[in-house]
Amino acid sequence: MKKVFSRPRTLKDVPFHYCSGCGHSITHRLIAEAIDELGIADRTIGIPPAGCAVIAYNYFDIDMLEAPHGRGCAVATGMKRVLPDRIIFSYQGDGDLAAIGTAETFHAANRGENITVLFINNAVYGMTGGQMAPTTLLGQTSTTTPPGRTAVLDGHPVHFSEVLATLAGAVYVERCAVNSPANIARAKRAIRKAFQYQMQDRGFSLVEILSQCPTNWKMRPTDACRWVDEVMTKEFPLGVIKDLQAKG
Amino acid sequence: MQGNRVIGEAAIRAGCRFYAGYPITPQNELTEYMAEHMRRVKGGVFIQAESELAAINMVLGASAAGARAMTSSSSPGISLKQEGISSLAADELPAVIVNIMRGGPGLGNILPSQGDYFQATRGGGHGDYRTIVLAPASVQELADLTMDAFDLADRYRNPVLLLADGMMGQMMEPVEFRTPSPRQYREEYILRGKGTGKSRFIRALILDAIRMEEHNWKLYRKYQVIAEEEVRFETFWTDDAEILIVAYGTAARIAKGAIKRSREMGIAVGLIRPITLWPFPGEVIRRFAEEVGSFLVFEMNTGQMLEDVKLALEGRARVDFYGRPGGVIPTPAELAKVIAYQVKR
Ligand SMILES: Cc1ncc(C[n+]2csc(CCOP(=O)(O)OP(=O)(O)O)c2C)c(N)n1
Ligand code: SF4
Repeated sequence: MKKVFSRPRTLKDVPFHYCSGCGHSITHRLIAEAIDELGIADRTIGIPPAGCAVIAYNYFDIDMLEAPHGRGCAVATGMKRVLPDRIIFSYQGDGDLAAIGTAETFHAANRGENITVLFINNAVYGMTGGQMAPTTLLGQTSTTTPPGRTAVLDGHPVHFSEVLATLAGAVYVERCAVNSPANIARAKRAIRKAFQYQMQDRGFSLVEILSQCPTNWKMRPTDACRWVDEVMTKEFPLGVIKDLQAKG
Repeated sequence: MQGNRVIGEAAIRAGCRFYAGYPITPQNELTEYMAEHMRRVKGGVFIQAESELAAINMVLGASAAGARAMTSSSSPGISLKQEGISSLAADELPAVIVNIMRGGPGLGNILPSQGDYFQATRGGGHGDYRTIVLAPASVQELADLTMDAFDLADRYRNPVLLLADGMMGQMMEPVEFRTPSPRQYREEYILRGKGTGKSRFIRALILDAIRMEEHNWKLYRKYQVIAEEEVRFETFWTDDAEILIVAYGTAARIAKGAIKRSREMGIAVGLIRPITLWPFPGEVIRRFAEEVGSFLVFEMNTGQMLEDVKLALEGRARVDFYGRPGGVIPTPAELAKVIAYQVKR
């Protein structure tokens, strides 16, 4: 019998600790597939965050260096400048990237650091138990917005990908989702493209992934997938936000 | 050559190939020197970071990638770096961190101070770790200890702090740069992508208590070795001394001036100058207490190293303190008066 589907080589044979239905697992797989297809596992170094993906180094069969919470883009900058011919990616949640790591992310993009960032937007702080994230939607409840997020008290959801896209150093920014087969296929293409841009020394690339967190959303996995479509994408529309290459 | 610039030159000669920093007085000349001269050397990287937080984390990435890496700042900026320094210690990554101290707490001022002794010698950030702390007292020593800092960081795979103050950073003195020894650092500690080998990772997170404890004890054993092997100090006019000053850095220079004056007045006073603040030369101080009954700790703060001297002496001798915090630079004459008063008592 012909084998048509198997674990990507770049994922170790280790069960994920993620909750069932979690977008992190799917995204890990897509990254591993992209690395395999591009044949760059030997020279790729990943930087996991503080967040639910903190032990991503247990799953990826590539070199990895854990960053303190929010500092992924600074750590990636240091690595890439020393090893310009390696592929360096930082993997960060919304709290990590768009709250505590705002400055590091913004300025790495502005310097046009030739790195790739995977930005996992699940609209909550997963690891610490479901507090408000910068990307939490208005009205969405969390453990620190029990009646729902209000603009007056808590501010608006941050559209950080759009902010980064305004910076000259950012060459490619796309928002994807992993809640349906079609969206997963699109996300995979985006991740591949981001790595390819880095391989071509083009500059800063970022793929935002709208990612289900059934546990903290207090939903069944299928409902969480539906919520991404029906609610989350209304605030955070999918698609290419910036692609300098596409223009010519 | 100016102290701040000497640190930069010594670092580059020692093979430093990555520097990230954020402007703060009184150490800007060092950042500017690196901006100008890093481009001189092959593979040299200079980054003006968006904050001290970013700078230390860039250093973390660069160090893991195999570069000799350095950052520098002054007191408030060093506070911001502490999370990163703690991470470097946890990850067992080498790095050199320069603190050209200024008056504090808070924003304080931009004048020379030794107010960061506690922060420097107790790890500084969170968790159970130590950093090696070198305290130069001349421009020549800034050059030598900067080079040593890189070697020590590599040997023990641990961050090393060069702790000086605004006076040392701004001071001009002649200097000779020695030829540094070639770097000895094993390839297995560097992440360059797995190549044809097995993948590896560096991390500080260890969720299991027993394994975390093991890591803590492993680091502890390393710190014990450092404490055994790396204590450095200078003694000055101690042979016949009846009273001993303990001072480091700029304060030790002032103390030497005061000792010369006191000697002219017939007072038998000498100096112990710790060069490593951690590990602290406590054993040496304790041995002196067999002959000397009176110690005077002199610092440009309200009494921080004082605690280490008292701990070393464990009541074996009398310990007094004279200090000027806040950026005040005491004069040798002022200290000589304190010594004279001390003797009369
Ligand atoms: C300096 C610091 N502050 C706070 C924390 C605690 N912390 C760990 S992960 C996290 C946020 C996680 O949320 P997010 O980045 O959105 O990732 P997710 O877990 O949702 O994937 C926080 C606040 C920390 N590790 N370090
Ligand atoms: S808490 Fe949420 S983000 Fe974290 S593993 Fe579970 S589902 Fe995923």
